[in-house]
Amino acid sequence: MANIVQFENVGLRYGTGQETLSDISFTLASGTFYFLTGASGAGKTSLLKLLYLAQRPSRGIIRLFGEDAVTMPRDRLPGFRRRIGVVFQDFRLVPHLSAADNVALPLRVAGIAEEEVAGPVREMLAWVGLADRADARPATLSGGEQQRVAIARAVIGRPEILVADEPTGNVDPDMADRLLMLFDSMNKLGTTVVVATHDFNLLNRLPGAQMMRLDKGRLLDPTGALRYPPGRLS
Amino acid sequence: MVGTTSERRVLDEAGGVRAMTWVMAIMLFLTVLAAALGIGTLHAAQALGQQLTGRLTVQIVEGDPVARDAAAARALTLIRALPGVRRATPVDRAALVALLRPWLGGEGADPELPIPAMIDVDLAPGGNADRITAQVRRASATARVDQHQRWMSPVTGFLQTVTWLALALVLLMLAATSAVVVLAARSGLETHRATIQVMHMLGSTDIQVARLFQRRIALDAAIGGAIGGIAGALVVAFIGYRLQGLGSDLLGGVTLGVGGWVAIAALPLLFVVLAMIAARVTVVFALRRTL
Repeated sequence: MANIVQFENVGLRYGTGQETLSDISFTLASGTFYFLTGASGAGKTSLLKLLYLAQRPSRGIIRLFGEDAVTMPRDRLPGFRRRIGVVFQDFRLVPHLSAADNVALPLRVAGIAEEEVAGPVREMLAWVGLADRADARPATLSGGEQQRVAIARAVIGRPEILVADEPTGNVDPDMADRLLMLFDSMNKLGTTVVVATHDFNLLNRLPGAQMMRLDKGRLLDPTGALRYPPGRLS
Repeated sequence: MVGTTSERRVLDEAGGVRAMTWVMAIMLFLTVLAAALGIGTLHAAQALGQQLTGRLTVQIVEGDPVARDAAAARALTLIRALPGVRRATPVDRAALVALLRPWLGGEGADPELPIPAMIDVDLAPGGNADRITAQVRRASATARVDQHQRWMSPVTGFLQTVTWLALALVLLMLAATSAVVVLAARSGLETHRATIQVMHMLGSTDIQVARLFQRRIALDAAIGGAIGGIAGALVVAFIGYRLQGLGSDLLGGVTLGVGGWVAIAALPLLFVVLAMIAARVTVVFALRRTL
């Protein structure tokens, strides 16, 4: 299976402080499901930011879709970002847009004709169980509903990589299961999925998934071969 | 990026940006007044120049009426014989008396009163005023030649100064409008920072984000421009109407003409284009400093 992401000795430092991430090296194979785990503050969100091009590393090499993402000119980043779907930890829904308009954003950004937007948006909202909440604004949605809108927005553009930062942090266990199944469905359609979580119960639900573990900014299992059980996790 | 309505929705309509409409209206209103003043005084200066260029008055100043009339007749003959003279007409005494009546009353009609003999001269283009002066001096050593353009030149100069001042005002207003747009765009970027970050993460280009601001500011400028432009044009038309009613030759030259009205009508469009460019440049420049 081809590698879609490659990190080599990547380090990330904010300002002049200590490195948040150090010597991160791993590869992600296309079409694989990965969990990224570690305690709070381990650097999961920082690593994901590098992955979805919200941040450049302080050192090291990052290759995305076979291209150097570190020295890539700024004007090429949007094209790469459109190939990556992101579910932010804090959802980041646009507050004055309806659920449907939030979900439609990636298609509109990609320049899809307006008449070709409504159908996929309806379908995606139905897929996350929010068909009847299409016109609702984020403030009127529950945390779980907002989470699902964020997920629908992340996957509507059929991204090649789907990155989710603690996607089940605000939902009950049943909803967490449902969301995980959504990610699994995307993965079965060929999307590489990376889910950051410290919910160990979640890891058991997808036995086929690989796991990477971060500890104090260092990757303990760059091969992704590490498996549950929780006894080995701090 | 997005259909017009959807695109407008991406930036929250609430907030202080709507005040831009009224700022634009006021700016354009003042710009229209300044531009109209500049165009009007330019036309007046041109009209005055056309009226006075090549016009002379010859005065034969002699105490003896017989000598004066003889010198005037000689001067008239000499002037008419010169090339470049379109017309030379003696001013009859009755007209001179009428001119003097406000100062001398009925006394001006006294035939014993030594009033200079006068000759109005119109030169053809290229006519030489110095040659007229030389010939007139041959007819009478005390003759004087007044070039109308010379004694009206302070007025023409004043009108030209006002024209330049008005042009400077128009440029200042355009610069101030650009500055207002830059501030509004920066403020908008700050207000919508979170939305813009999301747009970037979804793959928006800087130009796509700039277009959101550009369209919004263009809309404000267009509405404000229409309000300010119409109000300004009404005021200019009213002042023009009042000037024509004064019956003054000088102020009557202060007109806009068709070209002037076209220029005034183009100002709102210029404002919209300027606002769009300023918004686009500001937003793109600001976004370049982000990843």
